[in-house]
Amino acid sequence: MIMIFGKPLLLLYGQLTLGLINGAFYALLSLGLAIIFGMLNIINFAHGALFMLGAFVAWALLNYLGIGYWPALLLAPIIVGIFGVVLERTLINKLYKLDHLYGLLLTFGCALIIEGLARNAFGSSGMPYTIPAVLSRPLDLGFMMLPAYRAWVVVAAAVVCLATWLVIEKTPLGSTLRAATENAALVQAFGVNVPRMLTLTYGAGAALAAFAGVLAAPIYSVNPNMGSNFIITVFAVVVIGGMGSILGSIVTGFGLGIIEGLTKVYYPQASSTVIFVVMAIVLLARPAGLFGRA
Amino acid sequence: MLGFSRAQAGGFAAMVALIALAPTVLYPVFLMKVLCFALFACAFNLLIGYVGLLSFGHAAYFGMGSYVAAWVAKNWGLSAELSILLGGLTGAGLGAAFGWLAIRRSGIYFSMITLALAQMVYFFCVQAPFTGGEDGIQQVPRAPLFGVIPMRSDMAMYWMVAAVFLLGFLLIHRIVHSPFGQVMKAIRENEPRAISLGYRTDDYKWMAFVLSTFLAGIAGGTKALVFGIATLTDVEWTMHGQVVLMSLVGGLGTVFGPAAGALILTAMENYLARFGDWVTITQGTIFVLCVLAFRRGLVGELGGMLRLEL
Repeated sequence: MIMIFGKPLLLLYGQLTLGLINGAFYALLSLGLAIIFGMLNIINFAHGALFMLGAFVAWALLNYLGIGYWPALLLAPIIVGIFGVVLERTLINKLYKLDHLYGLLLTFGCALIIEGLARNAFGSSGMPYTIPAVLSRPLDLGFMMLPAYRAWVVVAAAVVCLATWLVIEKTPLGSTLRAATENAALVQAFGVNVPRMLTLTYGAGAALAAFAGVLAAPIYSVNPNMGSNFIITVFAVVVIGGMGSILGSIVTGFGLGIIEGLTKVYYPQASSTVIFVVMAIVLLARPAGLFGRA
Repeated sequence: MLGFSRAQAGGFAAMVALIALAPTVLYPVFLMKVLCFALFACAFNLLIGYVGLLSFGHAAYFGMGSYVAAWVAKNWGLSAELSILLGGLTGAGLGAAFGWLAIRRSGIYFSMITLALAQMVYFFCVQAPFTGGEDGIQQVPRAPLFGVIPMRSDMAMYWMVAAVFLLGFLLIHRIVHSPFGQVMKAIRENEPRAISLGYRTDDYKWMAFVLSTFLAGIAGGTKALVFGIATLTDVEWTMHGQVVLMSLVGGLGTVFGPAAGALILTAMENYLARFGDWVTITQGTIFVLCVLAFRRGLVGELGGMLRLEL
């Protein structure tokens, strides 16, 4: 058996793939957080709940309406995105003139409500969601067997992240969005409907979280706590990357997933805390974050 | 004395009378829980209300204080006041390290960093052998106070908890009304200006953080001795939210608000406990309502109506 630093190579590959998958979720979620924060100036604590909601919608579509994985991958983000639009129109838009901390508190309250309702309806034990048939077989890469679904998650997440980056950096819509992030009043003076843009941005962020949720449904069991476990780690990811750059949050997300995977191989006790340790080190060396502006 | 205004002195007298009379009507264990959370919320309010720093991970200091107090009372057989003091020092030590990291960023980042660091404490507590993992530390003896006064009866314990709360409350009031407290408020109102006046604001923020975490640790340690148990629920992320909610419901930056909020939310939790997850849903709803409609909180609104600073 081939060994790397005293560990079997296959174990290393296995944990690296798991790390990449976690990294894919970190990237998708921190991307959504960064976009929402950039436009709305709100830290969306409900992001984890929206992620969980995506998984639940996919589960409900399958079990109540018989709609399978592939349509759900499109439908669940749309449904949760609409929910996000409603949330922004009814609650969040009341906060734009207030201190940042109220946004955090309000969305924290929303997260509690959504998770409490989900626990009430479905209990806190997880419900399984089967992997779609096409992706259930492992791929033989020559040096390792890779479950096809895991490869799909990483590729899909990477593609969606890059597409989001392209939309924001390279299209006219994206340039308006960036301009509004810099100076909303000026953009409004040019005739752009900024309030509508804020609403749609929140909806898009919610849809991104739901997309991650559907991707996660077959890997983790679908349960009401799946989001809150993730979101706090994602906050650390956001602090490490800094919220200034879209590409930065993607790179940081994947990178930290890999670091977590490596820690699982070499020092498993620290695997759940390593991201927070990295955060502490980054804060000491570069308080604004790796890609952030001071 | 202590910087109480006349209305505040009246409020304080009413609170002392309430604490003295309440056990004749209400169950002392419930009241002790209220007092522990009231001290915790007051400690939290010291940061958010007077320095303007929203620490979203305050349960870490409360929980670690609770673990350490429980551990030393059980394994070293320390007396009640020493166990609680060690709990407080644990909170302060942890707060000194985490505060030093967190004050490098301000605003919303500060909140996220404190939350992330607190989550690290949670994972540590799940794994570390001394916390007993999912079981927690159970059957913590109610050690005698000063090694001589027995604490087994609920009423004896109650008077001690009441004394701890009142001392903590007065200490916070003294801090807020000291010259140090004036600088804290200056930082809350306008940090760049405080810097331009020559104050090293980072030092002040750090000191306030350590004081607040010390009192949070004291509150946690007291709770561990009251219930004879220290568990993971004290360090979980939902607990961070609870203390924020208590202060918010009572009124951020008010003197009596956090204690009032602790009373309301603990009572609500007791009453709703049999409905399971409705506690979480109700808490979430109260959060949303408070942020949208009652940002000054109950005591803040009352004070506004009476034109008094309560």
